[in-house]
Amino acid sequence: MRDEGRAPAAAPAPAAPEPLNRRQFVEAALKACGAAAPLLVAVIRIPAAGGQEAAGGVEAGYDPTGHYYGMGVDIEKCIGCGRCVAACKAENDVPADAAHFNTWVERYVIEDNGEVTVDSPNGGIDGFPPLESERGMLRSFFVPKLCNHCANPPCVQVCPVGATFATRDGVVLVDEKYCIGCRYCIQACPYGARWFHPTKRVAGKCTLCYHRITRGLVPACVEVCPTGARIFGEVEQRATPLARFMRMNDVQVLKPHLNTKPKVYYANLDGEVR
Amino acid sequence: MQGYIYPNEYELQWGLLIVLYPYITGLVAGAFILASLERVFNVKEVQPTYRLALLTALAFLLVAPLPLLGHLGHPERSYEIFLTPNRKSAMAMFGFVYAWYLTVVLLLEVWFEYRKDLVLRAQAAHGVGKWFFSALTLGATDLSERSLRFDDAAGRLITVIGIPSAFLLHGYVGFIFGSVKANPWWSSVLMPVVFLFSAIVSGIALVLILYLVTTLFRSRPVDMPCVDKLATFLFYAMIIDVSLEMLDFLHRLYESEESIGILSQMISSRLFLSLIVLQIVIGTLVPLVLLGVTSPALRRGGVARGSEELRRLIYLVTAVLVEIGIFSIRWNVVVGGQLFSKSLRGLTVYKVEVLGAEGVAITFGLLALPLVILWVLVKVLPPWPDVEARSA
Repeated sequence: MRDEGRAPAAAPAPAAPEPLNRRQFVEAALKACGAAAPLLVAVIRIPAAGGQEAAGGVEAGYDPTGHYYGMGVDIEKCIGCGRCVAACKAENDVPADAAHFNTWVERYVIEDNGEVTVDSPNGGIDGFPPLESERGMLRSFFVPKLCNHCANPPCVQVCPVGATFATRDGVVLVDEKYCIGCRYCIQACPYGARWFHPTKRVAGKCTLCYHRITRGLVPACVEVCPTGARIFGEVEQRATPLARFMRMNDVQVLKPHLNTKPKVYYANLDGEVR
Repeated sequence: MQGYIYPNEYELQWGLLIVLYPYITGLVAGAFILASLERVFNVKEVQPTYRLALLTALAFLLVAPLPLLGHLGHPERSYEIFLTPNRKSAMAMFGFVYAWYLTVVLLLEVWFEYRKDLVLRAQAAHGVGKWFFSALTLGATDLSERSLRFDDAAGRLITVIGIPSAFLLHGYVGFIFGSVKANPWWSSVLMPVVFLFSAIVSGIALVLILYLVTTLFRSRPVDMPCVDKLATFLFYAMIIDVSLEMLDFLHRLYESEESIGILSQMISSRLFLSLIVLQIVIGTLVPLVLLGVTSPALRRGGVARGSEELRRLIYLVTAVLVEIGIFSIRWNVVVGGQLFSKSLRGLTVYKVEVLGAEGVAITFGLLALPLVILWVLVKVLPPWPDVEARSA
């Protein structure tokens, strides 16, 4: 039966190449596309899920699936010393100027007539000048701010190339080697927690000191806080400092109506704080 | 600076170049939609501007990605948008929307429209010219009745596909801003629609300017029914645009959300010149009155019938004012959205640099570049109806 597939011998060879008819053209075009497809697939790099945490500088042997990080902030304990801001800048190579911060401290002053004044001179890194209010002061407090490491992060959603991502242990990071510097993430963050690195030309933000926490340390800002106003830890495990903090306090998050599901939890948060 | 802004907000992230981007894509979409009026909706009066509108759209589309590239921190990585797009990102689709619009819509339509001319010019030319025009025909040199009919049908089909594509192109740009929930100035479901109609307005005005200026330089008579029709459509498009903007404005005012205080402050201080004076008065009210009185939009022959020369002058001035107004709209959206703090407690300032990567000089350069490209395109593909008639 070997002769079955043979072409009829009677067909004469055409004298000159005929122009393609429509069917032949479409067939040829489809074949060309088919041939090009594997090439395209080879070029498109699909980032491996396991490779993500590597961008944060993680040691081998660390298992991100066993963790889910967040932070608690007790506003009553913050004295506005600004050591957290200084520690963060030193630890994370944040530009030393007054326009780039992973974390900063705000001071709220609410006067008797309800007027609210907020300031954060140089991010609060050198503390705050004495208050000189002519009217009576109703209350005043400090609010440390940082990336909320949202569970539903708008910055991750908008990144056109996926350079910013949420790790499996709940930290939002930026891959500096991948970021194209479009700054859409900075626009999308409702908390002003992102900034643009002037020399690296990529987006910068709080990493929760990912290089430290994956080695069993706490973030630099937590480490240096003299009053224990910042509590770092696991959100979902029961016997951890953060879980205890969340059990013992009424905790709130910033701008909950935006449904970003922040994982920085504030105790004693005033309604004026945005 | 006034009030409190988050420390990371001292630096404005999206400056002049990003103002330019929606402005230019708007011109593209608007010019194309104008072209489609003749092609699909059979508005015969605007026929003299059909090819010019097509080439204008193409010239500006070629420049549209440049401000974006120039603004990126790492333009050399921009190809990642094609290779590893984040499918959840509104911005990731830009490359695809752009590529679709450029290749499937504009280049194809221009090719089908000009194929006959290209074949004729290839036949008439010698040497390099012959080689060049033959290459542009892509080897399709058949000028039979049947193939010309096919060209026409194909052009019409592409325009039918092109209209929603133009809507997509610019509506999409509006979505990039309108979908940012963190920003109350941007976050609006109306944003894509407002962008779209302002795009149509800017496109019609641009083609009107180009038509009037080129006929002047070519010392050809202006086709008055054509410019009257353009002015009329400009008036109608502006009415829709203004209505949508008013709706957006009233909606914000009436809802009076927590951001209303800081936004009102911003409008009455930082944006007073660009929004109240340039966008609303100079760019909208004055043109609407001028067009309403002189164009046949409200009454056949115009409310106050001026001489043709006067009408042409008024149309030209109006169109220029409209372009200033639309540029102000883009400015007010892009820059305005960054002048107030997301803490809703303070305002910042944007200092425009003259030189520098995102300065005024580069901006003017990028606005002039499409005109240079258009000049080249016009040399290769003459859009003039009189030339077309002669070559046929």
